Amino acid sequence: MRFEVGSALSIGAILFTVIIVAAMLIWVERRLLGLWQERLGPNRVGPFGLLQVVADMIKIFTKEDWVPPFADKFSFILAPPIIMVVILMSFSVIPFAPGVGVIDSDIGVLFVLAMASLGAYSVMLGGLASNNKYALLGSLRAAAQMVSYEVFMGISLLGVVALTGSFNLREIVLAQSDGWYVVPQFVGFVIFLIAGVAESHRLPFDIPEAEQEIVAGYHTEYSGMKFGMFFVGEYLGVLLISSLLVVLFCGGWLGPAFLPPIVWFALKTAFFIAFFILLRAAIPRPRYDQLMNYGWLFLLPLSLLNLLLTGAFILWQGGM
Amino acid sequence: MLRLIKDTLISQVVTLWRVFVHAFAKTDTVEYPDVQPQMAARWRGRIILSRDPDGEERCVACNLCAVACPVDCIALQKTEDEEGRWYPEFFRINFSRCIMCGFCEEACPTNAIQLTPDFEMAEYVRQDMVWEKEDLLINGTGKYHDYNFYRVAGKKIRGKDKGEALNEAPPVNVRSLLP
Repeated sequence: MRFEVGSALSIGAILFTVIIVAAMLIWVERRLLGLWQERLGPNRVGPFGLLQVVADMIKIFTKEDWVPPFADKFSFILAPPIIMVVILMSFSVIPFAPGVGVIDSDIGVLFVLAMASLGAYSVMLGGLASNNKYALLGSLRAAAQMVSYEVFMGISLLGVVALTGSFNLREIVLAQSDGWYVVPQFVGFVIFLIAGVAESHRLPFDIPEAEQEIVAGYHTEYSGMKFGMFFVGEYLGVLLISSLLVVLFCGGWLGPAFLPPIVWFALKTAFFIAFFILLRAAIPRPRYDQLMNYGWLFLLPLSLLNLLLTGAFILWQGGM
Repeated sequence: MLRLIKDTLISQVVTLWRVFVHAFAKTDTVEYPDVQPQMAARWRGRIILSRDPDGEERCVACNLCAVACPVDCIALQKTEDEEGRWYPEFFRINFSRCIMCGFCEEACPTNAIQLTPDFEMAEYVRQDMVWEKEDLLINGTGKYHDYNFYRVAGKKIRGKDKGEALNEAPPVNVRSLLP
C-alpha cells in the first residue's frame, strides 16, 4: 500500500491526525489563553497538562447523555454529527503536502464552500430541535450570521481563483511557488480571515453561543458527547479555516527545503490557530446588529471591489 | 472612511498586539500545593487561644468574642479556679461557620484569642471542623509576648491583692478623713 493521494493509508492518517489535533486544540487553547492572561492554564494531567484532553474525554463520555422530553428527538440527535461530518468532509480536498490528501478535486474550493454552508444546518437543527427559546435565538443568529458571512467568504476567494485560473486547491498551492497570494490578495486574505472566524463562530463572532446573552445558544440543551461533538466541531472548524488560509494565501506546503513540506504546512497552520486563539483572548464580541452591518455594508462591498480590481488587473495583464 | 478603518482595523490590531505582549510577562499563578504561598503576618486564618508569659491561659471567659462574632461560631462557659482566676470551662469554635473576620481578636480584652496565618483547615468530616479548647490552646504568647492580664488588672487573685498590680496605687479608704 503506497502513501499517495486517495490511498487508504493516506485517508486513515489524515482522519486520525485531524481529529486528534482538533481534540488537542482544547488543551492548546486553554494553555495559550492562560499565557496571554498571565496564568498557567491546565498543567496537571500528564506532562505540561497534555493529557487534559484524555481527562476531558473521560468526563464527557461518562456524562449523562440526556435528550430533553420536549425536544424533537430525531433532529436533536441528528444535529451534532452533521457539523463533525461536514467539516471532516471539507478536509478531503485540502492538499496537505505533495502526495498527501484524500481527493484531488477540480472543484475543491466550491466543495469547501458547499460543505461550510451545510454546516449551518447542524446549528439550525440543533437550536430548533431543542425547543428552547435560548437555543432558538442562538440558531436564528447562527443561521443569519453564517449565511451572510458565507457570501463574501466565497467572493473573497474568487481573487485567488481568478489569479490561478483553477478551483483545484493543489493547483492553487503550486501557483504560489513564486509568491504567496497573501501579498497581491491582502484584502481578500483579511476578509477571508474575518469571514472564517464568523463561519466557525469563534470569538469575537461567537454571537450564536454568546454566553452572557443567551446561555449557550444553540447547544444550550446538549450534554455529554452530543455537546462534545459541537465542541470538537468548533475546533475542527478552526483547523479547517486555518489550513484553508494556509492553502489559499500562504503557499500551502511550500517553503525552504530544509524542512519537509508537511512540516511547513503544519507550522503555518499552527500559526493561524494561535492567531485565532489570540483573537479570542483580545477582542470583545460585537453586538448582533453591528456584526450584520459590518458584514453587509463594509466587508461585502470591499470584497466585491477586491474582486473587480483583481479582474481588471488580470485583463490589463492580458492573461486568461 | 479613514475613521472607519481606524476604528475597525487599527484599534483591533493594536489590541491584538498588546494582548500578545502579555505572553512575555511573568505569570501571576502560584502553584499552591507545590509552592507554598508567602502569607502576610497579619493574615486572618486559623484562630488560636494564647497563654500569658507565665504559661497560664489568657482567656478570662468574658464572652466578648462570642458577642462580637457575626456568625455566632464561638461558644464558651465561664468558670473560676481556687485562686480566683476566671477561665473558660469549655471554649468551642465551629470553623465550618467561622468567616475569619477577626472581630473576636479585636474584641478580646486580654489578647487571648488571636488569628494566625494558617489557612489549611480542610476536613473530610464536618464534625471535625468544631475545635475544642484543647485544640485551640497553644503553648505560647502569640503576637503579644509580655502581656499578662492579671499583672496589670485590678482583679484580686490569690497572691495578688487589690492595688498590687503594675502601675496601680493601693486602694484609698474613702471613709477616712486623713490626707
